[in-house]
Amino acid sequence: MRAASTADGVPGHQPSIVVEPGNEQELAAALRLANEANLAVIPRGGGTKLSWGNPPARADLILSTARLDKIIEHVWADLTVTLEAGCTLQKLQDTLSRHGERLALDALWPERATIGGVVSTNDSGALRLRFGSLRDLIIGVTVALPDGTLASSGGKVVKNVAGYDLPKLMTGALGTLGVITRAIFRLHPLPKIARTVSASMGNLEAAQRALHAVQNSKLAHTAMQVRAAEDAAPETDVLFEGTDAGLAAQETHLKKLLAPASVAEAPPSVWNARQELWSPSHSAAIVKFTVLPADIANKVEIVRRVAGGHQIRWKVVVEATGIGWLRLDGSPDHLHSALQDLRAELERGVGALVVLHRPAGIAPLDAWGNVGDALPLMRAVKQQFDPKSTLNPGRFVGGI
Amino acid sequence: MDARIFQELRAIVGKSGLITSPEDLRTYECDGLTNFRVMPRAVLLPDSTEQVQAILRVSHREKIPFVARGSGTGLSGGALPVENGIVIVLTRMNRILEVDLPNARMVVEPGVFNLDVTGRVQSQEFFYAPDPSSQSVCSIGGNVAENAGGAHCLKYGFTTTHVLGLEVALPDGSLIHLGGKTLDAPGYDLAGVFVGSEGTLGIATKIILRIVKRPECVQTLLAAFPSTNEAGAAVSGIIAARILPAAIEMMDNLAIRAAEAAVHANYPNCGGLLLVELDGPTAEVEAQMCQVIEICRAKDSVEIHLAQSEAERALVWKGRKAAFAAMGRLSPNYIIQDGVIPRTALPRVMSEIERLSKEADLRVANVFHAGDGNLHPLVLYDKRIPGQEHAAEALSNRIMELCIAAGGSITGEHGVGEDKKMIMSKMFSEPDLDTMQRVRCAFDPLQLSNPTKVFPRPRLCGEKLGEYVAHPLETAGTAERF
Repeated sequence: MRAASTADGVPGHQPSIVVEPGNEQELAAALRLANEANLAVIPRGGGTKLSWGNPPARADLILSTARLDKIIEHVWADLTVTLEAGCTLQKLQDTLSRHGERLALDALWPERATIGGVVSTNDSGALRLRFGSLRDLIIGVTVALPDGTLASSGGKVVKNVAGYDLPKLMTGALGTLGVITRAIFRLHPLPKIARTVSASMGNLEAAQRALHAVQNSKLAHTAMQVRAAEDAAPETDVLFEGTDAGLAAQETHLKKLLAPASVAEAPPSVWNARQELWSPSHSAAIVKFTVLPADIANKVEIVRRVAGGHQIRWKVVVEATGIGWLRLDGSPDHLHSALQDLRAELERGVGALVVLHRPAGIAPLDAWGNVGDALPLMRAVKQQFDPKSTLNPGRFVGGI
Repeated sequence: MDARIFQELRAIVGKSGLITSPEDLRTYECDGLTNFRVMPRAVLLPDSTEQVQAILRVSHREKIPFVARGSGTGLSGGALPVENGIVIVLTRMNRILEVDLPNARMVVEPGVFNLDVTGRVQSQEFFYAPDPSSQSVCSIGGNVAENAGGAHCLKYGFTTTHVLGLEVALPDGSLIHLGGKTLDAPGYDLAGVFVGSEGTLGIATKIILRIVKRPECVQTLLAAFPSTNEAGAAVSGIIAARILPAAIEMMDNLAIRAAEAAVHANYPNCGGLLLVELDGPTAEVEAQMCQVIEICRAKDSVEIHLAQSEAERALVWKGRKAAFAAMGRLSPNYIIQDGVIPRTALPRVMSEIERLSKEADLRVANVFHAGDGNLHPLVLYDKRIPGQEHAAEALSNRIMELCIAAGGSITGEHGVGEDKKMIMSKMFSEPDLDTMQRVRCAFDPLQLSNPTKVFPRPRLCGEKLGEYVAHPLETAGTAERF
C-alpha cells in the first residue's frame, strides 16, 4: 500500500491510495475494508484501458493486480492454463508457446495488458472470427467481491455446465461486479504456418462483396478485416493458418473468388492496424462499433458521410464479424456532434457505438449509448454484487 | 390453486392449452430422468410470447412456482415439475421466425427442434453446430436451458457459442432482450449467463442463433484398439500433434457391443474404439487424416477404417448416437452418468472405474466425448434383483467423485437439475454457490422459476454473506481453488 501519485490518476480524479496485494486473499480483504470505509475502488491491471467507459463518479483507491502475476498451471496436454489476473498477455503467450500453444486472442497492447483487464474489457481482435472471443475461451474465473467473498465458478475442463456461467458475467463487466483474481482458459495449438494475403478493393461495395464471397465460401480462414480511410481505397486482409499444402490450395481458391482484384502476400503487421489507430491519440476519438456482417460497407459509407459533414478525418478497421474500430480526428466540438450523429445512425439498425477514447477538451458524452430493456436487470445484478457501488462507480452502462 | 386461477389461466391459453386431469398430467410428471416424478398442478401450452408473459404475471401474483419444458428429453430432471407448481410447455411455439443467410443468423422460437434448424438451411450448405444425440426431438429452448453440447462441440463450441441473443420473459412476466444479432451489445453478458441456467432465470421466448457454413470436406475414421488405454493414448497423440478434430469419440467393448446389436454400425469388436472426424478444406483434411492414421498405428491400433461414403459415415454416427438407448439390449436398467475430467486423467480414471465396477459386481459401459474429457459411463443393473438399484446408484456416485477429484466437473452437458444438486457442494464451496445465486436473486427474487433445481439449498435474496471461508477440500489440501 502506498500513497497515489499523479501517475495513478484516472479520468477526472486523483485517487489517494494504491494497494498492491500479494495474493488473492489479501486482495479480497483490502476490497472488503475499502467497501466498509465507503471508498470508491478502481481495479487496475496494466492500466492500458483505464479511460474506457465513462469517467468514474468517484475514485479513492487503486486496487492493483500487479503482484498477482503468476501462471499457476499450464497443462499443455489438456490445452488449458490457470493464471493470476495480473499476468500480462505477452508473458502468458511466451509461456504457452514453449509447448506450441496459445491463447487464441489478439488483444491490444499484449506486453502491458493483463489478463484481468483484457477479460474485464472484453477486448478481442480479428482472430475472433475463427476462435470466438473471450466468452468462448474463458472456462473458469475467481473473483473478489466488495464484501470480501472470494468465489470461483466454471473450472479446469473445457466442457462444464455445472452452475451459472459467471466467467461470462465477468467478461466485459469492466470490473463493476468484482475484481478478477484468477482465470482459466482453453488453449489452441499454434499454427504450423500462417500466411496473410491482402487485396485492394477499389471501393467499399467491392470490399463488401469480397467479404461475403469469402465468408460464404468453404475457405477455413482464421481472420478477415477491411481497412479503409477517407484518403485511401479499402484493403481486405485474410489470414490463413494450417499446413503448406492446405494453404496453397486455399490461396488459389481465394484468388479465384476475389478476381479481378489482385491478391498479394502481405506482412503480418497488417493485423496491427487496429492497435495503430491509437497512436498518437490525444486529439482523436476512438470508438468500437458493431454492425451486421453484411452491412459493413453501408455503415462505413455512413461514417464517410457523417465525418465529411463535420470536417473530420477518419480511419477504420472492420473485422468480418461485424466489429469495427474507428478513429476520428478533428476539433473536439466537431467530434462530439459527429459521434452523436453516428451513434444515432448505428442504433437505428441493430448496431451500437461505444466510445473508447475521448480527445482532450470534448464535452461529456456517454461511452455506451442505448442499452435496451435489460438495463433494469443489469442494475439488479449490480445491486446483488456491489450494493454500495464501490467498484468503478459510474463507469459502466446506465451509470452502473 | 383455486378455481379462479384455473379459470384465469384457461382464458390465457384457451381450453386446449390447459391440462389439469390427472391422467393427462402424467405425461409431464418427469423428463428423460425417469426415476424422479412429481405431479404438477397444471400444464400450460402457450403458443405466443404474450401468453407466456400473461401466465407468468399470474404465477408471479399468486406466487406459484413454474417449470418450463421443451421436449422433455433432458437427463438431469431439469424439467421435473415442482410440488404445487405449474409446467409451461413451449412445444407450440415452434416457428422459425427468420433466416438471414448473408449474416448467418436464424431467429427461432423455443419449441423448434434442434435438427429442424439445420434442416431449414442445409440446402444452402449451412448447419447449426450443437448436436446433442437427441437432436431429432430436443428443442432449442431446452438446449438453451441446458447449454447443450454434442459430439462436435470440441471444435465448434457449445450452445452458448451459437446463441447470440435472447428474448426472455422474466419470472414477473416482463419481457427483456439480451445480446442481439450483432456482437458485444453494451452491458453485462446476461445472454451468456442465461444459457445453461437450467430454467432458473426465466423463459426464453425467442432465440437468435448463429449458423455455420458446411466445411468443404468431412472424413470419419474408425480405429480399433486392444483397450481404452491405447485409444486414450492415441487421443493425446492427436492433440499433441496440434490437430483439432471436429469430434473424437471413444467407446469401450460393452458400448460397442450394445451399439452393434442395436443399429449394426459395422463397428469392429475390440477393447476400445475411436471415432475421429476431421473437417475443413480438402487438402488440409487429407494431410491431417494421414497424420491421425499414423498416430493410431503408433499407438497399437489393430484395425483402421476410413468411412468411404456419406452413407457409411452416417451409419458410424448412428451407432454412436444410439449408444445410450442400445444399453437396453444388454441390461434391463441402466444409469446414464455425465462427468468431465481433464483429458490427461483419462487412463487413471478409467482404471479406477474398472476397479469400482468389479468391486460392486456391476457392469459399466463407457461412451466418451474423448476430445474434451466428457465421460458417459453407463452403470448397468437389474431392478428386480434386491439391492442392485441402490448399488448402481452408489457406484454412479463414486464415479462422479472420481471426476471431481481429478479436477473435473459433475456435468459436461446434461446439467445439474434435480439429479446432481446435492453434489454441487462437492464441486463448489458455499461462497461459490452463494455468488451464483446472487444472479438468480436479480432475475427471480421470489424464486419461482424452477425453484428447487441446480442449487443444494436456496439463498434468501437479500441475505447477508460472510467473508471467504475455505472449502473443506481446500483446507485438507486435496484441492486448490481455481
